[in-house]
Amino acid sequence: MAATTSIVNESNLSRRSFLRVSATAAGGLLVSLYFDFPLAGQEGQPRAKVYPPDAFVHIKPDGKIIIQVNRLEFGQGVQTSLPMLLADEMDADWSQVVAELAPAADEYKDPLFGIQMVGGSGSIAHSFQQYRELGARTRAMLVAAAAQQWKVRPEQCRTEASVVYGPGGVSAKYSDLAEAAAHVPVPEAVTLKSSADFRLVGHKIRRLDSRPKCDGSQKFGLDLDLPGMKVAVVAHPPIFGAAPKSVDDKAARSVPGVVDVFEIPVSRKGRGIAVVADKFWTAKMARERLQIDWDFSGIERPDTSQLREKYKELAGTPGNVAVARGKENALDGIASGNRIVAEYEFPYLAHTPMEPLNTTIRFDGDRAEVWAGSQFQTVDQAAIGQVLGLTPPQITFHTEMAGGGFGRRAVPDSHVQREAAAIAKRFTGTPVKLIWSREDDVQGGYYRPMHAHRVEIGIGADGMPIAWRHVVVGQSITAGTPFEAYTTKNGVDETAVEGVGDTHYEIPNFLVTVHHPTVSVPVLWFRSVGHTHTAFVMETLIDELAIRAKMDPIAYRRKLLKPDAKKLLGTLAVMEKESAAWRSNLPVGHAAGISCHESFDTGVACAVDVSIVDDRPKIHRVTLAVDCGVAVNPLTIESQFQAGACFAVSQLMAKGAITLKDGYVEQSNFDGYTPPYIVDAPTAVDVHIVPSSEKPSGCGEPPVPVISPAVVNALSRLTGKRYRTLPLMIL
Amino acid sequence: METYKLTVNGQAKEVTVDPGTPLLWALREDLKMTGTKYGCGISACGACTVHLGGIATRSCVVPVSLVGDRPIVTIEGIGQDPVGRAVQNAWVLEDVVQCGYCQSGQIMSAVALLKRTPRPTDTNIEESMGGNICRCGTYVRIREAIKSAAQQLT
Repeated sequence: MAATTSIVNESNLSRRSFLRVSATAAGGLLVSLYFDFPLAGQEGQPRAKVYPPDAFVHIKPDGKIIIQVNRLEFGQGVQTSLPMLLADEMDADWSQVVAELAPAADEYKDPLFGIQMVGGSGSIAHSFQQYRELGARTRAMLVAAAAQQWKVRPEQCRTEASVVYGPGGVSAKYSDLAEAAAHVPVPEAVTLKSSADFRLVGHKIRRLDSRPKCDGSQKFGLDLDLPGMKVAVVAHPPIFGAAPKSVDDKAARSVPGVVDVFEIPVSRKGRGIAVVADKFWTAKMARERLQIDWDFSGIERPDTSQLREKYKELAGTPGNVAVARGKENALDGIASGNRIVAEYEFPYLAHTPMEPLNTTIRFDGDRAEVWAGSQFQTVDQAAIGQVLGLTPPQITFHTEMAGGGFGRRAVPDSHVQREAAAIAKRFTGTPVKLIWSREDDVQGGYYRPMHAHRVEIGIGADGMPIAWRHVVVGQSITAGTPFEAYTTKNGVDETAVEGVGDTHYEIPNFLVTVHHPTVSVPVLWFRSVGHTHTAFVMETLIDELAIRAKMDPIAYRRKLLKPDAKKLLGTLAVMEKESAAWRSNLPVGHAAGISCHESFDTGVACAVDVSIVDDRPKIHRVTLAVDCGVAVNPLTIESQFQAGACFAVSQLMAKGAITLKDGYVEQSNFDGYTPPYIVDAPTAVDVHIVPSSEKPSGCGEPPVPVISPAVVNALSRLTGKRYRTLPLMIL
Repeated sequence: METYKLTVNGQAKEVTVDPGTPLLWALREDLKMTGTKYGCGISACGACTVHLGGIATRSCVVPVSLVGDRPIVTIEGIGQDPVGRAVQNAWVLEDVVQCGYCQSGQIMSAVALLKRTPRPTDTNIEESMGGNICRCGTYVRIREAIKSAAQQLT
């Protein structure tokens, strides 16, 4: 390490951020960015700065440019799109860019949220400026180094594909300038490119991680193999919160390869039995041989059929007020013939990412090393530290490529990591990989909460809603977590009402209230969170109103949307135009379903072509229009929306519900809880991105909310029935 | 524990395991070939698909003791086959993958389909790929990639 320079940059991020530049022993350049995050409750008193060894950018002598990605990659494509931002501003040779998933560290925390995470569709939205500035500053230092060598002014130089060009035909590769660049001052301000100058941003760039994911060489967390590693599985209580009364583990211990069997704490204050063996199959066989007598005394036994009744009853009474606009009693003056009363039910949903949950930990007494595909690296790191009696700096936390997540790897209580730590603590010096089997996953809770909605609508003479009284019932996702303080106000968890409370429809008298019953089933955010149910309710009701008003569903929405709902009005227009040809030419037995919804600042409108085949919806075609601000990688956005449209079918599947009876989860694997297969998914999805120069917004979650209501709206047009209970059992 | 001789991607291998051990776990944990994935363990998701004697087979429910002398081809070896190579290339060109975890199995099912049916229709694709779950939902691009590989090969 030769030179180290720090500056305060003028970025528009909410926290002060610093750059650190250093030369490597091998002659490369490292550019690091780190933040001063005030400690909780000590706003304005930045803690002492720590200079970690990891960097965002590493220019290697061989020309390779290693870019650290401060987020988990689990399909959403940030491992490609974040490096694109940096490489574009840096004028790096894209063919030489290597993206790596950054370990847990302060400098990789989300610039706005202050923890290292993927969630809320914030990856590009929050790191757009950050990665561009890093690229621009790195480029400026390379140019300054070249200009010094050539004794010219930096403005006389230009850059392209990792080369600086100077006057009179001189040029130098970034890799040859890297060491000198480490000694020039970090520029206090840089000018970012105008969009016309982008070489990567805005272009369709293929993913960097395709080839290894197609030839079997990509290692996911579950594939980790370390010398001497053991594998653990846990027998979890069959009812949340229970603990073993007695355990007979003789048969389990007699399985060759079993190393140890012992009790550990699990989520909801329950206790489970860990089985540690040489291999997964051994551990799983041994677990099946455990004889456990569970103690269910004093344990809540949630039962979804009872909960449905209770929720329905609660929905008939006003809850805590989320939004109140206009006159509270406006409905009372409206004749019953001009009212709609609609009751909706939504089940628990399991995320079931394809790669089962897992975490590997080696505890070395005064240190630990962790390998996990985590959406919440710094949260999980701290939780592991609590169990092992270590501080985060004592824990090296490797971010592993993850096979999907959809929220399931962003768990405020880090229950999987706590289990893994409790197990690893018994095996000092030996890495132990905890694997949750698919059965553990399906039965293990942390579901999208069950919900009931009750909506009463009063309709005006023009067919538009003039009064809207809406009650939402469902467990709060954040209750009892550190996130509660941010999301819950006046007894309303905003993640339960997002998509209703902030509707872009102009409804003069509007009241949304919420009940948050307490149930022992652990719940969690599921891709698009509250919008999974709120968009369904809003968009099916709006469609019903359009039918009653005998209006075209697109025209009705356009009329009802507020004039400032620009993203929705824009996407509606694009969707209308792009789908016009097929909508006006539907075969007999097909219907078009329409919906639009804004979530995570992204506007989406869609039209679906649906028929009924074998008593199930067959989705022949989806046309989607998207306004997500600047489209950083249009190919990724297209893919996210195409595949998100398939993911969204999950809650329409006949076996698309988690149910509990007398405390027991009734499904255990994909035979009982079935995500969409290819036959259930839309056959074709065309995605139209609305051109925009606004700041970028999310693309991971926003595809999901619009699809299920649009499909159901099409079904309603085919059958004349309304569908208000999910999953869709009978059409 | 029993010792079994297996032919994996043309190479002779040996594993000493409990006879009930599924081929999936023998591949992953004994032979350290982790390209074949565990998704459900009950033959309901297809992530573990390999070719056993040339037939697309869910390795999570085939005990090693029942493999016999049938050759095994996994995602690590499918690229040696011209159809396998074409499918892998089509997957990359069509930018199919997202999380990628299911794609080993998707590719193995797609190769088996194209070997049997060189110009598959949408119905052929839905039938042959019908047991492979992609939780990300990349089915639209899977469909396109299969058609593009078919075109490359004929």
